[in-house]
Amino acid sequence: MIQKNTDRRSFLKKMAAGAAMTAAATMFPGIVFASEQIENLVSGGNLEWKKGPCRFCGVGCGILVGVENGKAVAVKGDPNSSVNKGLLCVKGYHQTMCIQAKDRLTHALVKKNGSYVKTPISEALDIVANKMKETIEKHGKDAVAMYTSGQSTIPEGYVASKLMKGAIGTNNLDCNARLCMASAVAGFLTTFGADEPMGCYEDINYADYFITWGNNMAEMHPVLFSRMLEQKNNRGAKIIDFATRTTRSSMAANKSILFEPQTDLAVANAICYEIINNGWVNKLFVEKYCNFSKGSTNIGYGTEDNFKFKDKPLGINFEEFKKFLEDYTPEKVAKYSKVSVKDIKYLANIYGDPNKKVVSYWCMGMNQHTRGTWINNLVYNIHLLTGKISQPGNGPFSLTGQPSACGTAREVGTFTHKLPKGVVMNEKHRRLAAKIWKVPYENIPSKPTYHATEMFRAVDRGDIKFIWTQVTNPLVSLPKTGRYRPGLEKDSCFVVVSDVFPTPTSDVADVILPASWHIEKSGLYGNSERRTQHWDKMVEGPGETMPDAWMTIEVAKRMGYGDLFPYSEENHVEEIYNEYRQFHEGAKHGMAPLEVLKKESGVIWPYVNGKSTQWRFNAEFDPACSNGEDFHFYGKPDGKAVIWQRPYEPAAESPDQEFPFWLNTGRVIEHWHTGSMTRRIPVLHKAMPHAYVEFHPDDAKTLGIRNGEKVKITSRRGSCTLPASINQRGLPTKGQVFVPFFDESMLINDVTLDAFCPISKEPDYKKCAVKVERV
Amino acid sequence: MPIKSYILHYEESKREALIRVLQKLQGCEIIPAQNHDVIVLVTDTKTEELDNKLYNKLLEIKGLKHVSLVSGFDVK
Repeated sequence: MIQKNTDRRSFLKKMAAGAAMTAAATMFPGIVFASEQIENLVSGGNLEWKKGPCRFCGVGCGILVGVENGKAVAVKGDPNSSVNKGLLCVKGYHQTMCIQAKDRLTHALVKKNGSYVKTPISEALDIVANKMKETIEKHGKDAVAMYTSGQSTIPEGYVASKLMKGAIGTNNLDCNARLCMASAVAGFLTTFGADEPMGCYEDINYADYFITWGNNMAEMHPVLFSRMLEQKNNRGAKIIDFATRTTRSSMAANKSILFEPQTDLAVANAICYEIINNGWVNKLFVEKYCNFSKGSTNIGYGTEDNFKFKDKPLGINFEEFKKFLEDYTPEKVAKYSKVSVKDIKYLANIYGDPNKKVVSYWCMGMNQHTRGTWINNLVYNIHLLTGKISQPGNGPFSLTGQPSACGTAREVGTFTHKLPKGVVMNEKHRRLAAKIWKVPYENIPSKPTYHATEMFRAVDRGDIKFIWTQVTNPLVSLPKTGRYRPGLEKDSCFVVVSDVFPTPTSDVADVILPASWHIEKSGLYGNSERRTQHWDKMVEGPGETMPDAWMTIEVAKRMGYGDLFPYSEENHVEEIYNEYRQFHEGAKHGMAPLEVLKKESGVIWPYVNGKSTQWRFNAEFDPACSNGEDFHFYGKPDGKAVIWQRPYEPAAESPDQEFPFWLNTGRVIEHWHTGSMTRRIPVLHKAMPHAYVEFHPDDAKTLGIRNGEKVKITSRRGSCTLPASINQRGLPTKGQVFVPFFDESMLINDVTLDAFCPISKEPDYKKCAVKVERV
Repeated sequence: MPIKSYILHYEESKREALIRVLQKLQGCEIIPAQNHDVIVLVTDTKTEELDNKLYNKLLEIKGLKHVSLVSGFDVK
């Protein structure tokens, strides 16, 4: 026993050293340690190393999990993964340490007379199925809903969609990816008619400039940021950080440019103005491959229940677009964006220089925006006007937050309007789904119902009477949780929560189902660069834990849909993937066969004739291009992308006399989203034990607030008390405070506003008005 | 019985002195980088209390600019 412990200690010390040396390599590319020390690091020992994707974030790093006696005891970066080349971030190294947390949900819990009673899972699934059936019989199929996740695996999302849309016949399915990248989807669809980035991470190796729009990649996408730093150090590539807050990314960048919240719209237009005014337009590219359009303006903010909006696109010409941009000269925009004329021209110059390759990266800053679709369109405008798109080192690239926001939410389509291929509004797409699902075509309704925010409003109103959440924690992550928590507590709605740990959402559940964690089941994720990654189950889950996909299948069978879900418990992941793949057959979205995915550390789609397509819409790389030209934006019927005329419009709520500060919310490197997993990893919890509110030092001085002092942040919706943080992790601009949302004991989303982009329906967590008081 | 690893950033001229100090601390193993002002430190202590004490000692070392925790394991 002593020998075993000594071996384990020695092993863990080598792991710890390896983690630190790898982390150092991410900070200092090219760093060298003595070779004898590297040789002594863990190479395998007696462990069995099993490959898979990381659980935390949308980068999709490849991991190797060391398994010993049926337990996951170590994690290291997969050197064969082209995503991370063996690197991992601090969350990645420690991810498996949460699964043995003392409060792990290991058995189903059913609320009886106000208390939770441990219940056999088969009995709990009976209750769920019966309740769902009974609700449909009494109140109709649109009275039941499912709310899933960008962390659901591809099979999990697929069977949820099949159950709700194909079997039951309701579009009441949406997911938490609505909260993080719906604006990117709407941006891609309106501009290109096809979702997801055209480029891939290999762009990093070629770009001369990386321009990050409201995106703290050093903390949110650290491995990709380290790849950018490597290019900065090795060949002089430049990183320009364009943001509303000074972060670790700003500090590592060549230049940091700060802007007033919401004015990114105006600055993007000013860049386009400069590109046109200076004759930097790639005329040949624009004439051949682009159309111009404008949409509705003054489109609202969705703060009222049952908000409806439909854009009315209207074709315009280049001269009209040029005229529109006259309102966005750098001189005019500088006045309200707080970006200097010089900096606006500097940015335009980078994009406009035909000899410089530029990649734009963004994530939540542009997506969680009441004009999220517009700002996505505007960054595409810049790349289209200059023809810097769909080529190695040139392109716009929206990063995702979650490990399968692309693979599951966007590609499988776990949104109310989506199907695994296309949208419910399109008859052809409904017919294809009905054929593959073997359901009558009429089963699939043609109208979308509730997007995430409206779904929880419908629960609060009593319109939804049954909701099942999987792999998500909406009572920490939704905006304006002060409304939605009491809504879910109402007796009018039966709440089922599948999760790995107890959360504030499971606290209001009628039935809690114990879910398998990531490596306790087989699955597939799809990352930001269209890479599909498969993994096999690595360890057994505790107690009666069950994969979410299998829970859905068991409920479907109990509801009488067994014929539609003929999968076996042992091989359901493989069977479901093979069925799902049929939706994407063809050169535009072909997915790799499972046997290829099992061998490789992920494969990028479209996968055509045994090869990945790294740059879509470029005939040199993309076999789906069929117009005989160099570029083909085949998502649009005429093969042309759209340059959109989109104005600057103010935020839904701006600071005023009563609420004089902007509130911006976000994440920190140590914690994954609502912290339900990472706060159970001791080293991460200790490194970042609680949330805080960041101040600009001048504001702190004016208010007499000192570091660590308790401060109450109040909006028109609610309040939250947190310790002040001055000159520590990040530095907000004057007049702005920043709070991370990972801490369920300091619920900042009680304070945020549930305004959303009327096109994408994605809420804006980055801007609302608050006041600040010392407690 | 915590095992932790850190990245230590130090003042340019303090490398040798710092290595000497760290080598004398019980429960510390160091891996200095050869081309950057960075040292990887692995600590191995018997209790949480000793771990905290060691950490506080680290913070008191002159010439250390920044101590950044990378990983931690608790061996039972």
